Amino acid sequence: MSEHEVTVTVDGATETASVEARRLLVHALREEWGYTQPNVGCESGKCGACTVEMDGDVVKSCCVLAVQADGSEINTVAGVDGAPEGLTAAGDRVPEPGSDGDAEFGPVQRSFHEEHGLQCGYCTPGMVLRARDLLADNPDPTRAEIREGLKGNVCRCTGYENVVDAVEAAAAKLEPIETDGGGVGDGTATRGDD
Amino acid sequence: MFPPQFDYERPDRLDAALDALAAEDAVALAGGHDLIPMLKAREADPGTVVDLGGLDELRGVERVAGDSVEQLSIGALTTDADLLAADPAGVDALLDATRAVGDAQIRNRGTVGGNLAAAHPASDIPAATLAADGTLHLVGPDGDREVSAEEFATGDHETVCGDDELLTRISVPLDPDAAGAYARKTHPSTGYAAVGVAARLRVVDGGVADPRVAAVSLCDVPVRLSAVEDALRGVDVGAPVDAVASAAECADEGVDAPVREDHIVSADQRRAILPKYVEEAVSEALARAVGREGVVA
Amino acid sequence: MSGEESVLEAEGSVPTTADPGAVGEGGSVGDSPLRREDARALRGETTYTDDFGQEAAALAFVRSPHAHADIEGIDTDAAAATDGVVAVYTWADLVESDAPMELPVSTDPLDCEVPGHPVLARDRVRYDGQPVAAVVATDRYVAEDGVDAVEVEYDPRGVESDPEAATGEDAPTLFDAASDNVAAVGELGDREQTDRAFAEAEEVVSVELENNRLIPSALEPRAALAEFDRTEGFTVTMTSQSPHGHRRKLSHTLGVPERQIRVISPDVGGGFGHKGHHHPGEAMAAWAAMRLERPVKWTARRSANYLEGAHARDHQTHAEIGVDDDGTIRGLRVETDANVGGYALGGGAAMPGWYGSLLSSQYDIPAISCLTRAVFTNTAPLHSYRGAGRPEAVYVAERMVSAAARELDFDPVDLRRHNQVDPGEFPFETAAGATYDSGDYGNAMDRALDAVDYDDYRERVAETDGPVTDDEGRHVGVGVACYVESTGGGYESGVVRAHPDGTVTVSAGTHSHGQGHETTYAQIVADELGVPYDDIDVREGDSDSIPTGTGTFGSRSTITGGNAVAESAREVREKARDLAAATLEADPADLEHDDGEFRVTGTDRSVSFADVASQAYGWGVPDGFEPGLESTTFYEQEATAYTFGTHAARVAVDPETGEIDVERYVAVDDCGERINPLIVDGQVHGGVAQGLGQALSEQAVYADNGNLRTASLQDYAVPKSLDVPEIETEATVTPSPVNDLGVKGIGEAGTIAAPPTLVDAVLDALAPLGVESIDMPLTDETVWTAVRDAEE
Repeated sequence: MSEHEVTVTVDGATETASVEARRLLVHALREEWGYTQPNVGCESGKCGACTVEMDGDVVKSCCVLAVQADGSEINTVAGVDGAPEGLTAAGDRVPEPGSDGDAEFGPVQRSFHEEHGLQCGYCTPGMVLRARDLLADNPDPTRAEIREGLKGNVCRCTGYENVVDAVEAAAAKLEPIETDGGGVGDGTATRGDD
Repeated sequence: MFPPQFDYERPDRLDAALDALAAEDAVALAGGHDLIPMLKAREADPGTVVDLGGLDELRGVERVAGDSVEQLSIGALTTDADLLAADPAGVDALLDATRAVGDAQIRNRGTVGGNLAAAHPASDIPAATLAADGTLHLVGPDGDREVSAEEFATGDHETVCGDDELLTRISVPLDPDAAGAYARKTHPSTGYAAVGVAARLRVVDGGVADPRVAAVSLCDVPVRLSAVEDALRGVDVGAPVDAVASAAECADEGVDAPVREDHIVSADQRRAILPKYVEEAVSEALARAVGREGVVA
Repeated sequence: MSGEESVLEAEGSVPTTADPGAVGEGGSVGDSPLRREDARALRGETTYTDDFGQEAAALAFVRSPHAHADIEGIDTDAAAATDGVVAVYTWADLVESDAPMELPVSTDPLDCEVPGHPVLARDRVRYDGQPVAAVVATDRYVAEDGVDAVEVEYDPRGVESDPEAATGEDAPTLFDAASDNVAAVGELGDREQTDRAFAEAEEVVSVELENNRLIPSALEPRAALAEFDRTEGFTVTMTSQSPHGHRRKLSHTLGVPERQIRVISPDVGGGFGHKGHHHPGEAMAAWAAMRLERPVKWTARRSANYLEGAHARDHQTHAEIGVDDDGTIRGLRVETDANVGGYALGGGAAMPGWYGSLLSSQYDIPAISCLTRAVFTNTAPLHSYRGAGRPEAVYVAERMVSAAARELDFDPVDLRRHNQVDPGEFPFETAAGATYDSGDYGNAMDRALDAVDYDDYRERVAETDGPVTDDEGRHVGVGVACYVESTGGGYESGVVRAHPDGTVTVSAGTHSHGQGHETTYAQIVADELGVPYDDIDVREGDSDSIPTGTGTFGSRSTITGGNAVAESAREVREKARDLAAATLEADPADLEHDDGEFRVTGTDRSVSFADVASQAYGWGVPDGFEPGLESTTFYEQEATAYTFGTHAARVAVDPETGEIDVERYVAVDDCGERINPLIVDGQVHGGVAQGLGQALSEQAVYADNGNLRTASLQDYAVPKSLDVPEIETEATVTPSPVNDLGVKGIGEAGTIAAPPTLVDAVLDALAPLGVESIDMPLTDETVWTAVRDAEE
């Protein structure tokens, strides 16, 4: 039996645990460190409810050993707000916090809220993270591209209709950050080249 | 859902990795999307899991000189996402196939080498490497060896790669006159291919030359569709439509190996839909080839 | 928003196309305020059952790999000796305790007396995955190690998964009390009258129909965290659609009075029926917690959730329709073999007996007879899943009406219109024994047809020689299905409690698992009570603090829970009014109630609801008044409310590959008054997606040896984002006269309407190729095979 010291940053906080090699990252997050947002929905890596951001990439934390995550920066849905990478809220297209009494959400979360893009909420943490990731790569997706892009996240409640609406609405709220030498967000992937 | 116990090592050098793999009951861990689900289902019970994640030398995409033509060399641990981000020219079918893998999360972890080494019959990338006449580079205690894509997979999750060997890189010949494409039918439940077809061909003097058409998830290993290739050879690219369709019709002729089936897609169904995906892949490859007109793809 | 008018007069109101207000505004009935539930999900602050009890011991089951076998022996020594394993239990341990530990079987509908499902197998297993032993360990990984170490010796028996075959002479018998494996025979309608009607009908069409076996696949697997205290009794936090229901069932299974059991249902990640049923997991967790005197948590793995079910649907039906040449339907005669599974659990055995009550669908069919056999097989027990009997019935009715249309060469829409119950005929009693409360079927159907340009399509069909095809050579088809849905059964508890500060807490015995009750109940009470929406909180999910209720399933919450809280709100309002009147020294009739204030008409003398509440709980309550300002209602609607609608779809089918492209899908649904149209639409989307899942890809498949081949998401094809088409929704509003809010349920409409809609469209597309019938799921393979078979 092999026990290993694992140290990660989760939503900005440093976390450490001594775990067996066989311990899945999703379980370490949920149980060792108390981040219950990634949810377990299946056993075969298909449903995406366990999706987290690991060093900037969305991954299924049920298919990563905790030991593999040593030294990584992990974000759950609780740790991400504001616009996805490379994008910014476009002018006045993000409404003021509404009279429904909710505090500010970032534009993606806000859009899920406004479009009723969640019902039971179980898929939502993973869905939001992947939606942000999708928009970072493709800030102006068609509905077909959104559907293709979300195929790794299963939802049983919404029928995906309002989820697609939410991502579309989020895209409308966002615009690429202008950089020198041309804008980002022309549809090609530019991240993750290490 | 809960893997059995195992020891874990994460070597930071290739030779250390080979040493670790030489132990009995040791298996290699790359992206994890083949091994970890098996561990969770307790279908695998290794003594040691050797995490290759520290082997940076096995990552990266670059052009290298080859015997006669330039090659694209892909480190085995290059993730699907990184390959797509690098967007190298001249490997259309491979990029198409990589784009088809799983979903975004899987592509962020899954590696090109891991995909090939796992030899899941319904994986997409092996079709492309076969169509591109790729070479898989293995390293073991007895040194290096090269295996053609055609010879690499021997069965469902079986390859010629020994338990103490590692796939280190994949090389694919780059040919400015060639273009390729990959098309597949997605399996309704698994998300893999129900059938997948990769095509690569050259256009020489207005005619199709060196067509290579490979199918995955038809049989347990990727297979060349030689009848299609024969029918395509010499086809005039000026008026290809009917020729491609009729070439596609003979898609499964000469495929001797048993055709796969499961509770959703039967063997007959795979044979029946194969022509459509052959046609798609070949048509797209042709369009790309003609579109290039000699410009290095 | 005045609290006075809360209900449209149901009789005589004109059905309209609902015109929802702007999304995100308002807090009244009919508005679509954004959901209060969203914040915690979007911030990752939800609390599902598995989020609790990280320190609890973990429970895992040893499950039978055989579909039918005797248990010769169980050796738990190695498991018990595994490091970290706390205990290993078998039936031998359970039977020694005082607890019955058998899941109750409702024997009333059965024709035989069979034992209930033992929490751990007694001496025999009857389905693949049946729990045989339980391992409790310090964590789940170790529990799994323990499970692997348990050795069970099985003596396999013959296996049968098919209900029809299971009644055959050579089929293995599951229970001695039912030697032909028939659990119950149900007869509905008038057989003699129906036979006479058929004898007189000018045409008779018969079709063999299958309703494919499904596995409800809520994304959150079932889970239960059980704690036991000698004084407090049991506290079970679990994934439940019905906390009081589970309390009752646990009481039976544990042999403990209900008052010693507290069931808490926190956030629940989808239910769709199977989280309203009693399963071994929660019972075993509770028993182990009592035995070990420490918290025990069980969380089903996806495979476990799939193996033990409950599964759903699985009907084989021989149906006949009798029609006259002028299109009048004379009768419907139906015989169904329904699968019960390895044990009779509630709905699995009972549903087949009454499913036929919906067979009339929207039509005036003078004679209906439905004979069902509920049959035991070596498969997971079946139970209710989103629709629960109604999808099965409507599927039969709609398939038969379309088949009749084809036989008569009648337009399928005209045939439906010809037979639909007219708006003036309600309440309408059907020959299947249902009484429909209200409806305007033609109106909804017209809207659906309009939306898919049905008339244009029919013209094109008429003008085209041969099949209608698109540019890619695919066959185009349009399908339509009309449906009714019985909603709102049983009673529900609803409490409205004003606090001294004038804010309000609402609670009900329902349990939202995605339906948004925290939002909708607040809207209802805001309207009834005249208190600001933001001052109202909604609580569900604790059997201790909420009066005994029924739960959320069967499209009942808005009707029963909504009306219960509405009535409680009215009671509170009236008492507040009377108190205010006393304070203002006015006649209650002279008070206006507006926006949280009671004002004497024509003056500026007023008192706020908050003041009244403070007074009600203070020392100065006027003479003749009881202190306090709250009300509890146990509400049952007068009769069943029948939601209805028409869905339509346009498809393009590739005959070479069998691929179906759903190009348009339109849902027109009428659930009476819509409390929150945004949420209603969401329910329709979700139901349609699940219905299309059944129609296109979902199927639980057993191998010949009885092993479940589809025990994971790898093999069971739930729809992903790119599998579901765009779903367009519209609504008509025909209030229900059988409950005060005029509402009807909507949660299951999509699963009822989508399968026949989709199949109808595909059959329409393939009819020119000679395909007359087809069974779900319409995988590419199924369609391709149907085309090939028709060619021969």
